[in-house]
Amino acid sequence: MVVRSLTGNYAVAYAVKLARVQVVSAYPITPQTTIVEKLSEMIEKGELKAKMVRVESEHSALATVFGAASGGARAFTATSSHGLLYMHEVVWWAAGSRIPLVMAVVARSIGPPWNIHVDHQDIFDQRDTGWIIGVAQENQEVLDMTLQAFRISEDPRVYLPVMVGLDGFILSHTRAPVDVPDQDLVDEWLPPRRQPYVISPETNVVMGNIAPDEVHYLMRYSMHEAMERAKRVIEEVDRSYAEVFGRSYGGLIECYKCDDADILVVITGSWSGDAKHAADRLRSIGINVGVARVRFIRPWPRERLVEIARDKKLVIVFDRAVSMGSLGPLFMEVSSTLYPYGTSLAGVIAGLAGVDVSYEDFERAIKTLVSKLEEQGRLYIPQFWLFPEGFESEEKRLEVARKWL
Amino acid sequence: MEIRFHGRGGQGAVTAANLLADAAIREGKYAQAFPHFGAERRGAPVVAFARISDRPIEIHSRIKNPDIIVVLDPRIFDLVNVADGLKPGGIVVANSTVRRVEGYTNYCVDATGIARRLGLVISGWPVVNTTMLGALVRATGIVSLDSILGVVRENFRGKLGEVNSRAVLEAYESARRC
Repeated sequence: MVVRSLTGNYAVAYAVKLARVQVVSAYPITPQTTIVEKLSEMIEKGELKAKMVRVESEHSALATVFGAASGGARAFTATSSHGLLYMHEVVWWAAGSRIPLVMAVVARSIGPPWNIHVDHQDIFDQRDTGWIIGVAQENQEVLDMTLQAFRISEDPRVYLPVMVGLDGFILSHTRAPVDVPDQDLVDEWLPPRRQPYVISPETNVVMGNIAPDEVHYLMRYSMHEAMERAKRVIEEVDRSYAEVFGRSYGGLIECYKCDDADILVVITGSWSGDAKHAADRLRSIGINVGVARVRFIRPWPRERLVEIARDKKLVIVFDRAVSMGSLGPLFMEVSSTLYPYGTSLAGVIAGLAGVDVSYEDFERAIKTLVSKLEEQGRLYIPQFWLFPEGFESEEKRLEVARKWL
Repeated sequence: MEIRFHGRGGQGAVTAANLLADAAIREGKYAQAFPHFGAERRGAPVVAFARISDRPIEIHSRIKNPDIIVVLDPRIFDLVNVADGLKPGGIVVANSTVRRVEGYTNYCVDATGIARRLGLVISGWPVVNTTMLGALVRATGIVSLDSILGVVRENFRGKLGEVNSRAVLEAYESARRC
């Protein structure tokens, strides 16, 4: 093992190299681009024996790796935001065909207005596609999760593609120490590629033709079942990774001081670190906060969340995305999961378009909601907008609206 | 320890932050370096951040209250309030022979002069990132001179590595309280 100073994007590239990926295809988009640039450099230097296929769009990039993976290759692509939207059709094709694949998604807001900074709108847009969707907090976890993604995706109980989400700039372009495992250990830990079928010029396989409606229905059900099984696989993979590489993240949900907490924050992504810091500071003034960091939004860790959260005095969900016309997508998941238990709930929507959210912002929001809980005894606030600094007043927001909206 | 770099797009503020983090990681510390990309283009004021700690760093938000600021271009003083949020007792390291921020410990270095003399000029622009790291080490001792020289040689190979190393050393020797 060697500790390197790596950006989140380079951590992805190192993991892809360690997984001995054979085919890479991608189209450049900020903030993803440096992943495939690094991979291209590794291929050029002969460090990674893979084929880099240059294409004219993200739609073709995913189609290319889908084709390569169908033919038996371990294949990888990466994208962000508008690139992910552009490949959306093929995202469904890959999952529906049950072909194991790994794709890094560097989370970035979606325009207009044009913006390259992080939010989770692009990741949550993929929610229903049948891909397993993980989201990392740190660069180290980005590397570890990418390696784990291959093993999860290629597990015969699963056979679904996996997205590894990492926050744009906050991880993708931030250098931090990353322990890069030895190739020998990875070779031993990651089994050779498995997949449900392989297409080749010698075999006749028909893909994607019209199936009877009932068969289509049953295929959806079978994907759903695979997702349910993936929960156990993800937990197993986390444990076995820890045995070999010494790092465990708690599987589907990382629990930070959850057990004795009265107030539980549910969150995903890099800003979970700031939330944990806020939790520590609030604990020092007697507000017992814990953080449940959701590592996989698909499959949704329903059972685990119930265990952790059902008896809390208040569960506060932080969403870095919004389903316009409804609520924060993470809040919707959490509230439907906890519905039978009547747990007090609040959903904070913050940090859209990369608006900075500091640990002080977390503290303020949590304190406000805790005092509302104390006033009311029970709380249900499905949307609590944490507006950017300086725009808290309606008047200020109207001013912006008159100018821009 | 939180450090904010102020520069102009193209001067190497982002690289300076990255190299500082690399040097700290080389010393077995925890570090983060990250840029803030707005709508800036070459020549516009930019900021980059670094955090260094003995413990794992979980915070990812921008740095509002730095301990140290590094100013790569003296004209930045007229464009932005570089001392915004700087902690009491904070340190200012500036590429200038005269500019300083009242109420703080100031270090001055003629980084532009050093860069020009050594030919660290790209498209007519003096690139002062490595030079300013030499001054930063002198002013704060936040990482060792050896660590900075190590990462500079690792990031810039051959002749470019030698020139940048000399820039670090010259700035280290010539930076002074002002």
